[in-house]
Amino acid sequence: MLFDKFQDMANFQAELAERDVKPFGAVTEQILSATEGIVEGRKVILAGTNNYLGLSYDPRCIRAAQDAAERWGTGTTGSRLANGSFAEHEALEQEIADFYGVENAIVFSTGYAATMGMCATLAGPGDTILLDADSHASIYAGVTLSGADIIRFKHNNPEDLAKRLRRLGDNTGRALIIAEGIYSMYGDIAPLREIAEVKREFGGYLFLDEAHSMGTLGATGRGAAQEAGVEDDVDFFAGTFSKSLGAIGGFCVSRHAEMEAIRFCIRSYIFTASSSPSVIASTRESLRIIQAEPELREKLWENAHRLYDGLKQLGLPVSPAASPVVALEMEDRSATIDCWKALLEAGVYVNLVVPPASPSNNYLLRNSVSAAHSTAQIDSIIAAYASLIDAGLAKPTLAA
Amino acid sequence: MTDYQETLSFLYSALQDPNKKDIELTEQTALVADIGLSSLEVMEFIEKIEDHFDISIPLNILPDVNTIGDLAEKVQELNS
Repeated sequence: MLFDKFQDMANFQAELAERDVKPFGAVTEQILSATEGIVEGRKVILAGTNNYLGLSYDPRCIRAAQDAAERWGTGTTGSRLANGSFAEHEALEQEIADFYGVENAIVFSTGYAATMGMCATLAGPGDTILLDADSHASIYAGVTLSGADIIRFKHNNPEDLAKRLRRLGDNTGRALIIAEGIYSMYGDIAPLREIAEVKREFGGYLFLDEAHSMGTLGATGRGAAQEAGVEDDVDFFAGTFSKSLGAIGGFCVSRHAEMEAIRFCIRSYIFTASSSPSVIASTRESLRIIQAEPELREKLWENAHRLYDGLKQLGLPVSPAASPVVALEMEDRSATIDCWKALLEAGVYVNLVVPPASPSNNYLLRNSVSAAHSTAQIDSIIAAYASLIDAGLAKPTLAA
Repeated sequence: MTDYQETLSFLYSALQDPNKKDIELTEQTALVADIGLSSLEVMEFIEKIEDHFDISIPLNILPDVNTIGDLAEKVQELNS
């Protein structure tokens, strides 16, 4: 029957309801600051919001949004190709292009629309896409629509990428390589120097999704390619406004002049309404702030190291290196759900990640750190995890 | 180029570990419906095949692959 395929999900939801736990779609009833809110009736520290620089609640961004709403109204009521291109959108495109030092930029209504749309459009029948196995769902959705041959390379493995490019022989001129700066689940950083070397040796075009690395990495916050010193090897940078920039929307920038033709071929750009002017205005202000205030990145990384080191000292199974995303990987679904619930009760909201959203068959408690977290808040998060061990819900598995 | 029977033999051997139900493997055995491979196990199995035959198997062809025989034919095509 039509609905049979949803039965497993319905069963899982019923199990969660029976356990009185709501890890997916937990309702935030009130936002108190960039790092605190009322979630499911509890005052909690927000440690699962990707609000890396805390700008969602910055008074300057809020004021910019308010001013734009008064000037432009609440929405555009149309797509960029119809009536939805306001001066605000064009200004943001110019500013994001300038930020990356390239000539061409396209602004999208969401980050998902940006990566999905670009991946669906850049390569087509007769082309080959080589994507990292742990790529985001928006990338998988896009490449599936592209009509190109889709080949995965092993996660963060430049040697495997090289092997697969070699197999293409003389066809690498029609190859699109897709990687991410920081991978969203474990927070691991792509080996971009090595990936760039492989690209230089074999050819192809490199598309880099900086969704979690823009604002968090690089001397001026341009992301992982800037941090690795390989920006000239990247053909297309994509990213989102919904993480470090604290708003919603997405972008793709490129030095390739063909971007202006590509713009008119991207269905997720053409057939959806453009972002509200207030969203664009707050994004423009955030973009200005991340360039003017590098201390935000310094504080983010100080917090990331403090949380990572604290959880590691507890012996908890954290990901391999400190990052703005700190994930704990667990094998037991029921135990992970119990931990998520206990963390919420202890006043900490984190993300619960289950397969297939997690890159393996395991379960994740995913924490995202913010520059806006105080040291005391980071220590409270660590203390909440320590209480999981004390309660016998989580076991130390690493040598401290 | 590897002949079809050699390809089949490799597929059978590579499926020994994930064949937890220990069912008899034939060309008609369905990878998911019969053996019960998870999506992750399918991808790990594909990687083994790719490394062994030094080929890349596009994800696009997988919707047409249900059985071990289907996969052996695709490997033969890519290896030719």
